Parts: sequence; structure tokens; C-alpha cells
Amino acid sequence: MKRRLFLKSAMAGSAVATAVGAGLLTPSMVFANSASFKVKSDAASAAVANAGQGSFKFKAPKIAENGAVVPITVDASKIKRVTNISFYIKNNSTPLAASFNLSGAQGYTSTRVKMGKTSPVIALVTAGGTTTSKTQEVKVTIGGCGG
Amino acid sequence: MASIKLKPKARKGVIGIKCLIKHPMETGLRKKKGKIVPANYIENMVILHNGNKVVDADIGSSISKNPYFKFNVPGAKGDTIELKYTDNKGKTGSATVKSK
Repeated sequence: MKRRLFLKSAMAGSAVATAVGAGLLTPSMVFANSASFKVKSDAASAAVANAGQGSFKFKAPKIAENGAVVPITVDASKIKRVTNISFYIKNNSTPLAASFNLSGAQGYTSTRVKMGKTSPVIALVTAGGTTTSKTQEVKVTIGGCGG
Repeated sequence: MASIKLKPKARKGVIGIKCLIKHPMETGLRKKKGKIVPANYIENMVILHNGNKVVDADIGSSISKNPYFKFNVPGAKGDTIELKYTDNKGKTGSATVKSK
């Protein structure tokens, strides 16, 4: 009896582990962020649609083995008066990863994001009232065997 | 407890600010043993350079656990860099470091 219980719990445990490994975000699930952030996220969605092609550097991996830690960098140091840098991950449940309002800082930001699955990652740079974007598809492989 | 590593380094008139915040960054979507882990993530982060706000970041739950950020701010050695953050549970953290 005890053995059975043990097996059961072990199974449950491994299921959780795979769920965690598979990525921390599922689009169909509840919206976790605050209302004010949702407004910003929606605004970013609109900005993505309207933005022209940017002339800054955007660095993201083509293939991310671990969706929990994806390093991304935007380098817009050459553009003057950058007021905002945002990261937008299309297929995440909370697409707007972060929005950095810069006042005085150079147009450079580097961070690490979580990704639930393969998705285009969009960097938005706002300078002098106009928003430009750059997109890169990041493939998230689970277990590192392609997919 | 939450701890912050803040390492500003001045070089050629620009301070490269690297910061690493220890934070679980739970999305509120992940399940552990069938129960949803409550959301716990940083919502807002501010970086002050000599008391002036240079970066005001709105952060979502899509940022990785133990978030890392890097910014470049014009400045010199000895400038004061301060970081403050607030998470969705109202907890705050701050760190103040002089630039090297």
C-alpha cells in the first residue's frame, strides 16, 4: 500500500516537473497582471502594429534551450533621446515583458525574459515621439532536441 | 529575503549599471502539486543617478526569476546609483552604491 502511494506521488511529482520544464506561461490561462499593466500591454500591442522598422541593434538568441531564461539586449545608443524601450513577446500570456522609461539614460537595455513557447520577440524603441520596432523569432526547444 | 546586487562601473563617461535582484518572479500561472503558486513579481523598478530618476521600468511577470538588468547612464566615477523596486505584494527593496 505504501509502495503504491509512493509511486503515485512520484508520478505526480514528475508531471509537475515536466509542466515546469515546459515553460512557465500558458496563454490560455488567467491573466495575472494588474489592470494598469494590461492597459500598457494593450498599448504596446497597438504600437507593434504601427511601428516602422527600427535602426537599432537587437540581440536575442535564435534558439533558446531553456525558455525560462532568454537573454535579450537592445542597443539604441546611437539614437538620441530614447524615451522608452519595451520588450514584447507575442505568444506569452502577458505579452509585454517590460517597459523601460528612460530619462537621461542611454538607449541600452539588457535583460532576461521567460518564454512559454516559440514566439517572435519584438523590441520597441521610442525616440522623439516615434516608435520603431525590430522582431526576431526565438525558438524555444524543450529538452534541447529540436521540436 | 530579497537582496540586490548593484554594480555600477564608470568607463569613458558612461556608467554601466548591472543589477541583479533576488526575486522569485512567480507568474501566478505555475502549479505546484495541483495548487496555483500565487503571483509574486516585481512591478516597478526605478534607478536614480545622483538623486535624479534615469530609469523607470514597468515590469511584467514575463521577466525571468532573479531578474537581471543592464543600463548605460552618462556619469563619472563616484556618482551615487540607487535602485528601488516594488513588487505586486507591496514589498519594496532598495540598494545604494557609489559608482566604481
